[in-house]
Amino acid sequence: MERISRLVGSTLARHLLVAALGMVVVVMALTAVSDFRRFQLAEMACLAIAAGGLTVLTGLNGQLSLGHGALMAVGTYTTALLLPDRDASTPLVLVVLISVCTATLVGALVGVAAARLHGPYLAGATLALAVAVPGLALHFRETLGGEQGIPVVAPPPPGWAEDATYFLTASDLTPRGWIAFLAWSTLILSFLLLANLSHSRVGRRWRAVRDDPVAAELAGIVVGRSRVSAFMVSAAAAGAAGSMLALVVRLAAPGSFTLALSLTLIAAVVLGGLGSLTGALLGAALLTFLPQFVTQIGRDAGLDDVRAAELAPLVYGLVMVLVILLAPGGLFGVIRGALTRRRARRALAARSVEASTSTRPDPDSPPDEQLTDPSGDHRTATTTEGAPR
Amino acid sequence: MQQFINTALGGLTTGMVYAAFALALVLIWRSTRVVNFAQAPMAMVTTFVALAVIDAGFSYWIGFAVALAAGLVLGAIMERGVMRHVQGKGEINAVILTLGLFIVLHAAAAVVFGNDFRSFPAPFGVRGIEVGGRTVALTGFGIFTIIAVLVVMGLLVALFRFTDLGLRMRAAAFNPEVARLLGVRVPRMMTLGWALASLVGSLAGLLIAGGSLIHPSYMDSVVVLGFVAAVLGGLDSPLGAVVGGLLLGVTLAFVSGYLGSQLVALAALLILMIVLMVRPGGIFSTTAARRV
Repeated sequence: MERISRLVGSTLARHLLVAALGMVVVVMALTAVSDFRRFQLAEMACLAIAAGGLTVLTGLNGQLSLGHGALMAVGTYTTALLLPDRDASTPLVLVVLISVCTATLVGALVGVAAARLHGPYLAGATLALAVAVPGLALHFRETLGGEQGIPVVAPPPPGWAEDATYFLTASDLTPRGWIAFLAWSTLILSFLLLANLSHSRVGRRWRAVRDDPVAAELAGIVVGRSRVSAFMVSAAAAGAAGSMLALVVRLAAPGSFTLALSLTLIAAVVLGGLGSLTGALLGAALLTFLPQFVTQIGRDAGLDDVRAAELAPLVYGLVMVLVILLAPGGLFGVIRGALTRRRARRALAARSVEASTSTRPDPDSPPDEQLTDPSGDHRTATTTEGAPR
Repeated sequence: MQQFINTALGGLTTGMVYAAFALALVLIWRSTRVVNFAQAPMAMVTTFVALAVIDAGFSYWIGFAVALAAGLVLGAIMERGVMRHVQGKGEINAVILTLGLFIVLHAAAAVVFGNDFRSFPAPFGVRGIEVGGRTVALTGFGIFTIIAVLVVMGLLVALFRFTDLGLRMRAAAFNPEVARLLGVRVPRMMTLGWALASLVGSLAGLLIAGGSLIHPSYMDSVVVLGFVAAVLGGLDSPLGAVVGGLLLGVTLAFVSGYLGSQLVALAALLILMIVLMVRPGGIFSTTAARRV
């Protein structure tokens, strides 16, 4: 009995349970919606994977990278080069893994340089990276396809997946549906890994380095190595996102990796709440589905299509500024703050009914759940659990 | 040889613009310890304002003056309305805020002015001057660019060196606490610093736009190049920013001319990394320890 409760209480078991539930929800959602929505959901998954990596880097390790669009480009181009035509012999899993490894390698290079920089210097250097990388695709026209880019041939769904889909939903599996399923599986897998990593000793070291590098060094943490490892993990996520993006949009072109993409990733992370994976997912959802909605409003208000399309960045840019000014915990922080306050108020009311004098804090919220504190500065807001317990 | 001279001259002209842009970044960095990544869209907005004025039938010079004034006002609004509220709240917050402003200004300009390329007039010829029967790559507008940046730099030096206001601004940047105790209105000096920087940034925007096409994202690469130039000069010294801008302009002109124009951004990244690794305090740094 005790063993079972310990198993349920362990972080890994909890994360696995959430991941399994998530997978069920994803499969159900993907079978229920239209092919266009599947495409959108797949795009959202790509954005969310990269945002998840970025939120770990920025929220937990305190390194702000504006170059994650470039790291995504590395993943996308690797996948595109490995999938030249329909008869490509490399299995898809291997293609994705190679893309992730390439992005991780590039991330390690950038990370070694980045570990020595901080704040605006790091932002500027990674910004330069984001602007420089698309230029490479233009310069090496023969191999990287120049402005038009390289078309990607997504492999058809394997037999077992088609059978399983038919068995479960009595309908055929479309290629779009298969890719969307792949993208969401990658999302769930990478979030599972990221969540476990950030709850582990590695994650605690990242936080310790973020909060106070000197104290972390005194405690025996090699600050540089910790920073580089955070950057590599984050780059791996960006690579996976890029690889999926190649399959989803079926094209690797420099036009997809402008500065705007890197800024969108930052926006997703900030909107959702720095340092929280749920926040990254929320932010990615917002940035995928908000534009359509806002653009429609703009069109109804009499703007032409081009101008209406610019309303979405205007809205999320404004929200981003407001979030930093008013609620550095992001959307997720606001929601959780409200829930925590309500729970605390209810607990307080219950206690005053019992006329109890105890003023213990709410036992329902253990410290490692308070990733974000909506009232505080995000550097200290994201978990303050710095030392191993 | 002729190509060499022409490349160098072209680099000198664009280098002057980078210098102006780097100067704008340095002014803000000195007064508020923030790297203003929104500098490029701010300059873009004021250039569009100038174009609107010129399109309304006024002369180039009225548009020019209006844009500079708009820059002054926009900078003050940004500091007063937004940036002031994150002063001292962690450097990542300030950086993210300027990025948010980047997105907002960009989108706002595209909504208001449209998202297509529009040509911007130049007050002087944009064809090379003839020297001894040969055309060199120094245009009338190029000469104007160099003179305009030099004049603005001279005015700034005069302001900081010889006026009471400049002394107060320097004091506020050097040590806000002591300056405040001595009666300097530090917040006002910060606003003024942002306003002046934004004015210099608008000048850079106008000079880049002259005789070519403008678009809501035409300044995007300049934000990187301006930052590299500013870091080359140490991010703290206005003189360093100018020298860094010129150096960067000439170097990139050679990269573009001899290796390929797509590699300019990559070369800028390399220069930035080398400077940050080898001389993090900029090319003029003394041996003082410095954390980047």
